[in-house]
Amino acid sequence: MRAEREQGITIDVAYRYFATPRRKFIIADTPGHIQYTRNMVTGASSANLSIVLVDARQGIVEQSRRHTCIASLLRIPHLVVAVNKMDLVDWSEARFNEIRQEFEQFLPRLDMKDVKFIPVSALHGDNVVDPSPHTPWYPGPTLLGHLETVHIGSDWNLSDFRLPVQWVNRPNNPTDPALHDFRGFSGQIAGGIVREGQLVMALPSGYLSKVKTIWTLDGPLKEAFCPQSVTLVLEDDIDVSRGDVIVAPANLPGTGTDLHAKICWLHPRPLTPGRKYHLKHLTQTVPVAVTSIDYRIDISTFDPQPGVDSLAMNDVGAIRLRAARPLLYDGFAANRQTGSFILIEQGSNATVGAGMLFPSTKLAQPEYKDFAI
Amino acid sequence: MSSYHLDHLQFLETEAIHILREVAAEFERPALLFSGGKDSICLLRLAEKAFRPSELPMPLLNVDTGHHFPELNEFRDRRAKEIRAKLIVRTVDEAIQKGVAIPVPGQVSRNALQIPTLLAAIEEFQFDACIGGARRDEEKARAKERFFSFRDSFGQWDPKNQRPEIWNVYNARLNPGENMRVFPLSNWTEMDVWEYIRQERLEVPSIYYSHLRRVVRRGGQWVPDTELVPARPNETAATLFVRVRTIGDIISTGCVDSPAETVDDIIAEIAAARVTERGSRADDKLSEAAMEDRKKAGYF
Repeated sequence: MRAEREQGITIDVAYRYFATPRRKFIIADTPGHIQYTRNMVTGASSANLSIVLVDARQGIVEQSRRHTCIASLLRIPHLVVAVNKMDLVDWSEARFNEIRQEFEQFLPRLDMKDVKFIPVSALHGDNVVDPSPHTPWYPGPTLLGHLETVHIGSDWNLSDFRLPVQWVNRPNNPTDPALHDFRGFSGQIAGGIVREGQLVMALPSGYLSKVKTIWTLDGPLKEAFCPQSVTLVLEDDIDVSRGDVIVAPANLPGTGTDLHAKICWLHPRPLTPGRKYHLKHLTQTVPVAVTSIDYRIDISTFDPQPGVDSLAMNDVGAIRLRAARPLLYDGFAANRQTGSFILIEQGSNATVGAGMLFPSTKLAQPEYKDFAI
Repeated sequence: MSSYHLDHLQFLETEAIHILREVAAEFERPALLFSGGKDSICLLRLAEKAFRPSELPMPLLNVDTGHHFPELNEFRDRRAKEIRAKLIVRTVDEAIQKGVAIPVPGQVSRNALQIPTLLAAIEEFQFDACIGGARRDEEKARAKERFFSFRDSFGQWDPKNQRPEIWNVYNARLNPGENMRVFPLSNWTEMDVWEYIRQERLEVPSIYYSHLRRVVRRGGQWVPDTELVPARPNETAATLFVRVRTIGDIISTGCVDSPAETVDDIIAEIAAARVTERGSRADDKLSEAAMEDRKKAGYF
C-alpha cells in the first residue's frame, strides 16, 4: 500500500499463503502499533493460532502483552511465543527461561490453554524449520514442526447443534414435481452435529420437526457438522426464515434482550451510553442501545478500570446493551460463532465494534407454548 | 465424515458458500462476475453448491474488452447456458461508442477501459453487489482486500479506511448508490483453484492446456501474435507449445512454454513455479502500485 510505504510500517492486515506437505497455512500479517489495534483484531479474529514475536534482548514489552491480551480476548485457541534473535544473547538458556517465567506470571489471568515457547533466530532460521545446533538445551519442536502438528480439530464447537438460517431455498419450480414443494433451510452450521431423522426445533417459534434430508449438491448426507454449509429439508411444513436458528430441543441456546459483552472498539467516534447501533449476530441484524459501560480493560496490565464514561478507538471493555428483539446466543467461551457480534453505526454503516457475549442466564423458550415439548 | 474435520479445500468451500448466501440474502440486486476464466469457473460451481436446487438468484455479468481470447467467450456463453443462468455482457467497444469509456491515444491495452464499462453496467442494472473471483495471493494490493469490499458512489476503494472484518460476521449495509464488491475466493491460492477444478472435475477453456500457438517475444515474455498488435520487424516470433496461466486482454497475456496437457500436469507445474501467475500480466507491471491505483478507481 502506498500509505504503508510512505510510513514504513504495516497499517492493514496482509494475507500470505504457504503450504508444506503436511498442512496449508494462511498467515495474517497484522500491525503492531497501538493505533492499528483494530486491524490486528480483524486479522486475528479468524485465526487458529497466534504467534507473538519477542526480541530476546528486550524481553517482554508492552506490545507483547497487548497482543497476548487480544489473542486471549478473541479466544484464539493456540499461542506460540517465539523468542527471536537468540543469536544476539549467545543462545542463553537462562535468558530464554527468564522471558518464559515473566510471561508465565501473567498467563493465569488470561485463560490461555495452549502456550508454547520456542527459542528461534530468524536470521539463519535456527529452530524455524530445522532444529538449531545452538540450543541443545531445548528439547521441543521447531516453529514449523509445531505449526504442522498442533491439533486444531477440536477448535470448533461440536456439542451444541446450531444452524442459523441464512437463506430459504425454494426453487418454486411448477414443472418439476420433485422440486415443486421443495423448501430447504440453508446455512453454515455454527455448532454441533446434525443427523438425518433427528428431532430439531426452530427458534424463536419453537416449532418441532424432524430432519428429512441434509441436502447438498453432491448428494444427501447422513450427518453434517460445524462449520459445514448445508440445506436442511424438514418433515413438516413449518415457518422458518432468515435470522431463525434451528437447534436440538434438548440443547437450547441462551436468549434475552439485555446483553452483557466484552467489546473491542474500532472507530474514532467513541462508544458512549445511550447511543444506538445496529447489531449483527449470526444471520440477523437488530437495533440496540448501549445502557452502560462496566469497565475498560487496560490491555497492558489486564486490569479492569471501572468508572469510565466512554470507550475510544482501540479500547477494550465490558458493556451492557438493550436489544429491540431477543437474540439466540451462547457465551463466546462456549462458541465463537454464536457468541460474537459486530456493531454497525447507523447512517454511516461503519463497522464500529466487535463484541463477545457473556452467557445468558435464561435459556430460549418456545414463543408458542402449544408447540412445547 | 466420522472424524468431524474438514480438509483445506472443504474449509475454503464452506467459507465461500457462506459468503455467497450472505450476498443473496442481504442485497437486492447482486451480480456474479463470470469471465470463463478458472477462478470464475470455481465461483460458479460454488454458487451452484450454495443455491441448488434453486436457480442462481443472480445474473452473471461479464465486461468484454473486445480483446478476449475467442476460446474464452465461447466457453463463457456455453457454460452460462448449461447451468441455465442469465448472462449479461457489456463490451468496451459499446462503452467507447457511447462515450462512457475514452481510450488514451496510443494505448492498446483495454484493461483500464474495463473500469468505466463495469461502472456503467452497475449503474444500468442498479447492481448493489458484484461478486468477483479475485484472490489475495494474486497481487500485493489484493492481499489487503476484504471479503466484503465497500465502494463509494463513484465506485472507489479506500484502502486506508476499510471496514474491519471480524470473524465471519459481514457488514453488508449500504446507502443508496454505494456498492459492494464481494470476493468469496479471497483465501484461495492458484494451487487451491486447480485442486478444486480437479476435485470437482470442472471443464476449463482449452487455452489453459498446452497448445500450439504463434507467439511474439515482447517485454520479456511470449504474448499471442494477433492482428491487434502485429509482430514488429525487430521482434522475435515463434510457434511454440504454450499455455496461459491467467487470462486477461489477449495482447498483454503472457503465454508460458509448457507441455501441460492435464489438470495433474498443471498442478505439478504450479508446485514447481517461483513466479506468481500475475507475473505474466503486463497491465500489472505498469508501476509498483498499478493494481492499487486501478482498484481505487473502481476496478474489481
